Amino acid sequence: MKDYLLFALKRIVQLLAVILAGCSIAFLIAHLSPISPVEQIIMQVTGRSAASPEAIEKLRAALTEQFGLDVPLWQQYLSFLGRLVVLDFGPALIAFPTPAMDLVRLALPWTVGLLTVSTIITWLLGNIFGALAGYFQNSRLLKAFGIIAIGIQPIPYYIVAFLLVIIFGFMWPILPISGGFAMNVTPGWTWQFALSIVHYSLLPAFALVIVGIGTWFLGMRALVSNVITEDYVTYAELGGVKEGRIVSSYVFRNALVPQLTALAMSLGGIFSGTVITEQVFTYPGLGSLLIRAVNGGDTAVVMAISCISIISVAGAIFIIDLVHPLLDPRVKAE
Amino acid sequence: MFSVFRDLVRYNLEFAIGLVLLFAVVIFSCLSFFSPVDPSMVYRVVPDQPPNLDYWFGTNSRGQDMFWQLSFAFRNSLTFGVTVAILSRIISIVVGLAAGYLGGWVDRVLMFVNDIFVAIPIFPILILFYLVMKTGSNSFVLAILMACFGWPFDARLIRSVALGLRYREFTRQAVFAGMSPLRIMWEEHLPYVMPIIFSTAMANMIWAIGLEVTLAVLGFTNLNIPTIGTTLYWANNHSALVVGTWWWIVIPVAIVVIMFLGLFLLAVSLNEYIDPRSRLRRMGA
Repeated sequence: MKDYLLFALKRIVQLLAVILAGCSIAFLIAHLSPISPVEQIIMQVTGRSAASPEAIEKLRAALTEQFGLDVPLWQQYLSFLGRLVVLDFGPALIAFPTPAMDLVRLALPWTVGLLTVSTIITWLLGNIFGALAGYFQNSRLLKAFGIIAIGIQPIPYYIVAFLLVIIFGFMWPILPISGGFAMNVTPGWTWQFALSIVHYSLLPAFALVIVGIGTWFLGMRALVSNVITEDYVTYAELGGVKEGRIVSSYVFRNALVPQLTALAMSLGGIFSGTVITEQVFTYPGLGSLLIRAVNGGDTAVVMAISCISIISVAGAIFIIDLVHPLLDPRVKAE
Repeated sequence: MFSVFRDLVRYNLEFAIGLVLLFAVVIFSCLSFFSPVDPSMVYRVVPDQPPNLDYWFGTNSRGQDMFWQLSFAFRNSLTFGVTVAILSRIISIVVGLAAGYLGGWVDRVLMFVNDIFVAIPIFPILILFYLVMKTGSNSFVLAILMACFGWPFDARLIRSVALGLRYREFTRQAVFAGMSPLRIMWEEHLPYVMPIIFSTAMANMIWAIGLEVTLAVLGFTNLNIPTIGTTLYWANNHSALVVGTWWWIVIPVAIVVIMFLGLFLLAVSLNEYIDPRSRLRRMGA
């Protein structure tokens, strides 16, 4: 138990380091650019209407103060960190004066829900099929599955999502291709609303599962075909242990550990995929908000989304890391 | 080196297929060097022509010959992918070999940084970058930024190999012979990680080009440079599928799939080559 606490403590330090480093990189990118946000807004304003030089000068001073650009960079950085703790990213330009964080808070549950469910389904299905394909290497069906997985795996998220929209939107319209829930359902804690959410999330989730499943399938198949050559598996077979038990507790469990690490490592990439999938299916999550914010030139919302996604991905990795020693007792020894 | 490739082509069907697919796409993109048209010009030919003998891939609604347009697009995207792959390989080789060979606190610090970079989702950061740079962003700056995020996974792989090499006889001998750590890493250890570097470079190119497509499709790159992503962006912008100019989308997507499949097969088969057990199984020894 003491070992585990020490392990958890190390992970917490790492979690904080990831969040600090990630948000600092976001801060640096936002502030070291040669184009200042103040000039950008002034350009937008003067592009629309003529203004006197004095008025522009006043606007520039007001905006510089509002953005906090009148103090040195390190002071801006410190105040950014201070506000990061309470998740205050300032007002959003696209829905002034709503705080940027409020918009993120509305969109976050959609993305987290879609991402969590589809990732868990992808990971489980990919690993189970992969393990079976690695163990029963002569099965024609699983071989065919492997070839399909190789074919689909390298296609970008965008293209798969787009193909699904074409297939289910135009050629065979049985599933809704845009939105988060049906227009005629009022949001609330009702079965009808929940069903509508599930119904509308089927296609985006399906796109995520299709793209993701190949990696896990191929990885697991390679791992299992290595594990079955281990001595303890041969020994178990010779000892007459039932086949089902060999697959589940001798082979599957051992091969699962590196796959869990891989899951933690690939979460960031899966998040990027979700952003684009949401955009294709106009799903009301973080991805759609992000794109709206970029088109509206809203640095505050983009900053908020960047930092929140860094925090959430780091948090998810932290949880996976904490589960890790429970699955693999050897990890504790490190 | 040559014999390795010969063996791979002879015994590994996946490698041979991958090589052929990638080679075809590279040849296609190299044709752009002999292109009779300037890719930045619009309305030079009759718009919306389906593929025919004059325009093999048809023409788009912006009046461009899709054959040459795509040739340029693939050249730019491939160049982008190679740039990211080379830059991030340099970082991952330096970090991986240093962490593996030097060990101790160097290893701990480097791997701590490594784990941080693995966990940061790059996509929002790239979008933030586009937002603040706007027109100032070009593909080389984007490639550098992506390379800064593309190394950690592979650095860890290289480190794990270097860790094993550190205790081998020849390393000890090199140390006793007075070789500097830098030369040991460069001359003795680098050749051992070369296969990993090649296979991860392919995977890295898939990743980089895929991200570029994603960014461009959303309109978050310089849209005047023809790349795979910007081609799809313009196709969407002119509602290609709705107005029936399907070749504008289907042909680039088909070539993208061919290219990614080629890169992926090369990465997978090289990966398998690295593991001697599966190599022997395939050669029937």
